[in-house]
Amino acid sequence: MSELVKLTAAELAAKIHAREVSAVEVAQAHLDRIAAVDDHVHAFLHVDTEGALGAAKAVDEKLAAGEQPASPLAGVPLALKDVLTTEGVPTTCGSRTLEGWIPPYDATVTRKLREAGVVILGKTNMDEFAMGSSTENSAFGPTHNPWDHARIPGGSGGGSSASIAAFEAALAIGTDTGGSIRQPGSVTGTVGVKPTYGGVSRYGLVAFSSSLDQAGPCARTVLDAALLHEVIAGYDVMDSTSIDAPVPPVVAAAREGANADLKGVRVGVVKEFGGDGYQPGVLRSFEAAVEQLRALGAEVVEVSCPHFTYALPAYYLIAPSEASSNLARFDAMRYGLRVADDGSHSAEEVMSLTREKGFGAEVKRRIMLGTYALSSGYYDAYYGSAQKVRTLITRDFTTAFEKVDVLVSPTTPTTAFKLGERVDDPMAMYLADLCTIPSNLAGNAAMSVPSGLSGDDGLPVGLQIMAPALADDRLYRVGAAYEAARDAAAGGPLVHQVPELGGTK
Amino acid sequence: MTAVAELMDYAEVIERFDPVLGLEVHVELNTKTKMFCGCANEFGGEPNTKTCPTCLGLPGSLPVVNGKAVEGAIRIGLSLNCEIAQWCRFARKNYFYPDMPKNFQTSQYDEPIAFDGYLDVTLDDGEVVRVEIERAHMEEDTGKSLHVGGATGRIHGAEHSLLDYNRAGVPLIEIVTKPITGTGARAPEVARAYVTALRDLLRAIGVSDVRMDQGSVRCDANISLMAKDAEEFGTRTETKNVNSLRSVERAVRYEMTRQAAILADGGSIRQETRHFQEADGTTAAGRAKETAEDYRYFPEPDLVPIAPSREWVEQLRATLPEMPWERRKRIQQEWKLSDEALRDLLNVGAVDLVAATVEAGATPDEARGWWVNTLAQEANAREVELAELPITPAQVAEVITLVTSGELTNKLAKEVVQGVLAGEGSPREVVEKRGLKVVSDDSALLAAVDEALAAQPDIADKIRGGKVAAAGAIVGAVMKATKGQADAKRVRELIIERVGS
Repeated sequence: MSELVKLTAAELAAKIHAREVSAVEVAQAHLDRIAAVDDHVHAFLHVDTEGALGAAKAVDEKLAAGEQPASPLAGVPLALKDVLTTEGVPTTCGSRTLEGWIPPYDATVTRKLREAGVVILGKTNMDEFAMGSSTENSAFGPTHNPWDHARIPGGSGGGSSASIAAFEAALAIGTDTGGSIRQPGSVTGTVGVKPTYGGVSRYGLVAFSSSLDQAGPCARTVLDAALLHEVIAGYDVMDSTSIDAPVPPVVAAAREGANADLKGVRVGVVKEFGGDGYQPGVLRSFEAAVEQLRALGAEVVEVSCPHFTYALPAYYLIAPSEASSNLARFDAMRYGLRVADDGSHSAEEVMSLTREKGFGAEVKRRIMLGTYALSSGYYDAYYGSAQKVRTLITRDFTTAFEKVDVLVSPTTPTTAFKLGERVDDPMAMYLADLCTIPSNLAGNAAMSVPSGLSGDDGLPVGLQIMAPALADDRLYRVGAAYEAARDAAAGGPLVHQVPELGGTK
Repeated sequence: MTAVAELMDYAEVIERFDPVLGLEVHVELNTKTKMFCGCANEFGGEPNTKTCPTCLGLPGSLPVVNGKAVEGAIRIGLSLNCEIAQWCRFARKNYFYPDMPKNFQTSQYDEPIAFDGYLDVTLDDGEVVRVEIERAHMEEDTGKSLHVGGATGRIHGAEHSLLDYNRAGVPLIEIVTKPITGTGARAPEVARAYVTALRDLLRAIGVSDVRMDQGSVRCDANISLMAKDAEEFGTRTETKNVNSLRSVERAVRYEMTRQAAILADGGSIRQETRHFQEADGTTAAGRAKETAEDYRYFPEPDLVPIAPSREWVEQLRATLPEMPWERRKRIQQEWKLSDEALRDLLNVGAVDLVAATVEAGATPDEARGWWVNTLAQEANAREVELAELPITPAQVAEVITLVTSGELTNKLAKEVVQGVLAGEGSPREVVEKRGLKVVSDDSALLAAVDEALAAQPDIADKIRGGKVAAAGAIVGAVMKATKGQADAKRVRELIIERVGS
């Protein structure tokens, strides 16, 4: 393995911009790494070798011509979740229904990455249409957790988090509808951030649940996440729900946090997230993390958010309702899979048979849930009630943030579970997002940062930090301070303890 | 093919039933761009050339509301005396159909931008009926399907279908009336008059091309009957494909006679969509729906709510142009028209045309004379709307000017108008081409006068002797010689002059 792949994005950028190493060499090192280990990890659905090397070459040429780098991340290789459109590069959302679809346009996130000179290596595996917590719902086979190939890498963005944990990419983009950036970050020992809803444009993000979906950075360090956050964030006229306000100063906050204590920062521990259903090893890691924050000078108090316990059921009405409508467009008429078009079936039959064949079980389950919840006569009881719960959860956050600057909890109740373990038990699978969902419903910012390995099974555990909407910088300040202290105490970044890959999957 | 429906005599329908109407009019706005994307909003064009990821509903694409369309919706609402919502949202109407790229229509549901208004409608005999407006809401149009093969041009029985998404995403305003009751025998006329008044209003405020023939105004007519002693509305049918003013009236009348026959026979009306058939004026059942469609409306999460500020609304209200009914009142005063004359003007749809002709320089009386008489007859003979005649108000004004200046006689002017209608060019061009000009050149006339006097010396003597009336014979001879193109009055003057000299 080339030492280049072990470097952080910030380190790689510094070397590339100083022309100590070329962006092409860096891209090639990562492509080689992908070739060497991705058979075991299966983080990628599509590797765009030509596009990556072309983008890297363009960065090198500009630097050689004496131009300033297009951004602090120019030349750094990145893995893009396959739910964001890429002009001329396949985008499948992990679904048979979009197999072979080549989008004619770039998502705004994709465009911003390209403009920043970030080198897109390829598209990462995910649960079909971002529905799941394990990537086992991908139509193209699951991704394996680099820490233990028999275990899940989290989901839906398991491919993105696994790719950086396996050193196949320095950075990745995920999308988080109920925890799909943070939970994979937690179980792979990496950093994952769900920005404030509206902070990053959703244009070109294939919608699962429009009012919840948010793209964000996946990285191995808090600073790297901040650098990526600044590249992709900002108002976009193409997305009516994007926020027309300056991007919070996340990079400055990350740099400041890494070199400072947390004196004067008030941290609230969410009382409702703990106890039954949480692995002892996860709770011990969380308690140690809270102790670390206190040692850094933070003022830690317990905060009750009584409605958070209703977040999961509310989410499973709102998200499927929106999904049932968002996924209606996959009907074989204009793009994607088309079956039974043999002259003997009507357009309606072709639609129906294609959807039957193209969607996996979980997607169908959610379309049915959502269709039911929106049906006349049930709307008020289900979708309507869920929206009220959403308001109550937002109020819980508002009340809590009057007392504290950030809230903390475990990111997910357990470490990575075994592939196949929860496939037949949707409820158990859904519980993986218990702690992450409230921030999607309320739209505030949240991060998962590694808090060490569980004493139970030696697998990574994540600390979730939550901040008010548009106060994303607080995540980075607290996250960076915690990360620096934890790494110093543990003798190095957690992700460096990932076992050497290459065994059988 | 379905059997020919039994129909009840119209007079009997009215004797036994009260009709209830509900009219839904879809108006395509004439904004530069579509409702939710930057594609051109233009009629026609090569199929699928005015499209982008958003109006094609491609995965990942998002809508952005066209501010001009919101403005148009508010202007329509204000013209219809509606309340304008302080805050409203779009909603998704979910159903599968290939001409709808997302398989949901971005529309408005329980939060329309305008609601609770009315439109006063004047019938042919001057009676005014107030039509209450339930709501006017914003939505997007669908693409167009072309069903190939099969007899009816409908999807049923077609071999395959072609889709053109140029129209997908065009801004639409749907205007829905409250149930219109108590109109009795005049229901069909009220329906037509309402759509006519709405069309005139939309044209006046300039928000739409209002071309029913191009589908920029489309009417769906909900019709039901209730027995004279009934307390509740009957089951209604919704007739679509009503694409002209005349069709609106015919469709309502037909449905009334069809439904009455069924009800009188002890049958019941099936709640269904029916299609108006222009050719024979009947309606045909659409595909039967086993269950009521459940559109699963919910607020559109891709768009933020719309909260038009009161300042903006008031500004739009203040800049509304004169409404057609206000204009009619003003015109009646300015042109000094009797109620009857105004009604004639309205009945032939000539108000705008006369006004434009006056604008181009004619007097109101002259302009009215041409449009209400000669041209209205012509339109009638051709079975077209007056405005569709191939002559412009400016051309009519030009003809009037030619008559006033003595270059044309009234008789010749009619010929010129025929020439214009026949596509021979402008009035002046027709005059040139057909050689219709009044001979006003005195030298040419003098030659003809001298010739006539020389040919009939006895009459010349009579005139010379003081019998001026005898000049008529010479005038006749000159007119004959000039093929009627001479100004008879001038000819007479020249004769007196010649004889006296």
